[in-house]
Amino acid sequence: MDEGRYARRIQYEMTDGQVNTVNHSDGPTGDAGTDGAKVNVRLEHVTKTFDDVPAVDDLNLKINEGEFFSLLGPSGCGKTTTLRMIGGFEEPTSGRIMLGGRDVTYMAPYHRDVNTVFQSYALFPHLDVFENIAFGLRRRKVDKAEVRRRVGAILEVVDLPDFERRRVNQLSGGQQQRIALARALVNEPKLLLLDEPMSALDAKLRHQMQIELKSIQSRVGITFLYVTHDQEEAMTMSDRLVVMRQGRIEGIGSPKDVYDNPSTEFVATFLGASNLLTGEVARRDGSVTTIDLTNGSTLSVPTSRLPDQLTSTTVKVGVRPEKISIVAANATVGPNQNSLRGRVRVSTFTGVGNQYLVEMASGADITVYAQNIGEELAPRSGDEVLLSWPVEHTFAVRPMESGLSGEESES
Amino acid sequence: MSSPPRRAAWRKGLAPYLLSSPAGLWLLLLFIVPLLIMLSITLKTCSPASGQCVMTWNWGELPHVVNLYRTQFVTSLIFAAVATIIDLVISFPIAYWIAFYGGRRKNFFLIMLLVPFFVSFIIRTLVWEFILSNNGVVLTFLKGNHLLPSGFHVLGTGFAVVAGLAYNYLPFTALPLYVALERIDRRVLNAAYDLYANRRVAFMRVILPLTVPGIFAAFLLTFIPAFGDYVNQEILGGTANTMIGTVIQNLFLIDSDYAGGASLSAVLLVISLLGIWLYAKLLGSRTIEEYL
Repeated sequence: MDEGRYARRIQYEMTDGQVNTVNHSDGPTGDAGTDGAKVNVRLEHVTKTFDDVPAVDDLNLKINEGEFFSLLGPSGCGKTTTLRMIGGFEEPTSGRIMLGGRDVTYMAPYHRDVNTVFQSYALFPHLDVFENIAFGLRRRKVDKAEVRRRVGAILEVVDLPDFERRRVNQLSGGQQQRIALARALVNEPKLLLLDEPMSALDAKLRHQMQIELKSIQSRVGITFLYVTHDQEEAMTMSDRLVVMRQGRIEGIGSPKDVYDNPSTEFVATFLGASNLLTGEVARRDGSVTTIDLTNGSTLSVPTSRLPDQLTSTTVKVGVRPEKISIVAANATVGPNQNSLRGRVRVSTFTGVGNQYLVEMASGADITVYAQNIGEELAPRSGDEVLLSWPVEHTFAVRPMESGLSGEESES
Repeated sequence: MSSPPRRAAWRKGLAPYLLSSPAGLWLLLLFIVPLLIMLSITLKTCSPASGQCVMTWNWGELPHVVNLYRTQFVTSLIFAAVATIIDLVISFPIAYWIAFYGGRRKNFFLIMLLVPFFVSFIIRTLVWEFILSNNGVVLTFLKGNHLLPSGFHVLGTGFAVVAGLAYNYLPFTALPLYVALERIDRRVLNAAYDLYANRRVAFMRVILPLTVPGIFAAFLLTFIPAFGDYVNQEILGGTANTMIGTVIQNLFLIDSDYAGGASLSAVLLVISLLGIWLYAKLLGSRTIEEYL
């Protein structure tokens, strides 16, 4: 940590113990988030630059009370920096961070009603499990009997009773993770920050913990802010999520909204897989817009799923691989369906289904996932096929500017 | 009549011993054997005139020398303890600062700390004598400005010896402390801040407890050599406040009382081993290796 980082926080330290009196906001704002829920965390124009390179760029975000919210993005997208600013480990270069209606932008981490589960767990190696969990309660001068009761109760929640006197270095990765979670939850914070807490666990344990974490969250009712680069993890657990890239929000909403209706080309490719084909907007017939693909085919897109501000008529039309049906080339296509012809180039059996790479006449590949529901005649490599999917499952995004692949390094 | 595979297995089993034999022989010939010779001399009776020693199983020499040189033992104990504590107090902030705020120049600062110690031990101590002498810079300046009475002197006092000891053994304190502080996971410190510990509490509850093995290692590494040191006392202490190291040196080289000198050395060895045993008992033997 930098020396002098806390210089601006002296005002808070002066009122040690009565932090609640320090309030720079205009009082309880009581503002409503989506669905009328109360806003717990609000970021207003938050920007953080490191050596003039923006890590977080004018971020505006509202997180509702009791929500499981995820920040999702590739490494270097600014998600961890955002989390660290909310936790108080970094100060924004500009902007405001509000927690429960209170401005905490420059407040020291130990004065914030926020707790963190660190990526590496960061358990205290010199303390046993009980003392690790009791650390925050002891700092808050909770009386001994109450500490004992709450530590016991939280160990039940994370399903590790009778672990009180274990040393932390005797615990497995999964157990350490639960203790780190218990150590944060026991303080009943307004907000729990989780910084890629699963990254050190193996895949099987990770799946199990995802389900468990979600169930713990709904039981304790605390707002969770979860940072991850794993899109599957974010979708499994989140009520809402944002996809970040280069310090900006690329997409926000429920996992289903963001997945089914990606707002940008980046979201379409980062969150799950997408087939994207370049085309020109040809004409609009009420609720359906027709797009001429560069390869000569024509596709229809619901007008509501076109990007908001189109600067040119060039768009990328997308469809998710699992939305496509693959049938023999001579089959007929029903109404309100888009269709394309091609030849199966690669067919891979994955157990739960088949994955096909279908080559269009233009040379572009389209990926198709077909579920393994026991169909006797699966297309094979070299077969001519017809691909079709409902118009409503088609989306269009603005093409991404070039040079997008240059990701900044994680700070 | 051993078949080739068996011979190979036998060779494989022998390899660790072959590889460690040079170091083993070195230790045996130059450390274990002399140590046993010294310990055996404690039980012999030696003639000061001829230097001949005869084994007489005289166990009486050990309590005798402890009794006879009790004052010097106590003096050594106090001087070494005070010097070690001074070193801990001086080193901790330095080591803390380098470990936490040294940034990319940590190694540079460490070298700066060690540079004076590239000079020979004796030369360094002689320079201290020069600095502290009655005609030296410090006293001349202070007396010239009437800040000290003209008869004041430092050389030949216990203060000079402690100052010399503290100066000469500083790296033995600073380096283990630095290692202990450096290896503290900064994320653990962040966790403490996250759990409502302010900087003072985080220091007392997290940094200090995690540094304890380093503090103990620093204490042993400084205290043990300072306890048996005779150079500082010889050069800076004059004839007063004799330390046990000086006594041993005199017994061997001036009085030719080999049995007495060996007995005192044996007692010193036992005291040092007690310290290490205590460390292993309290903090585990594994951590010793990490710091020594």
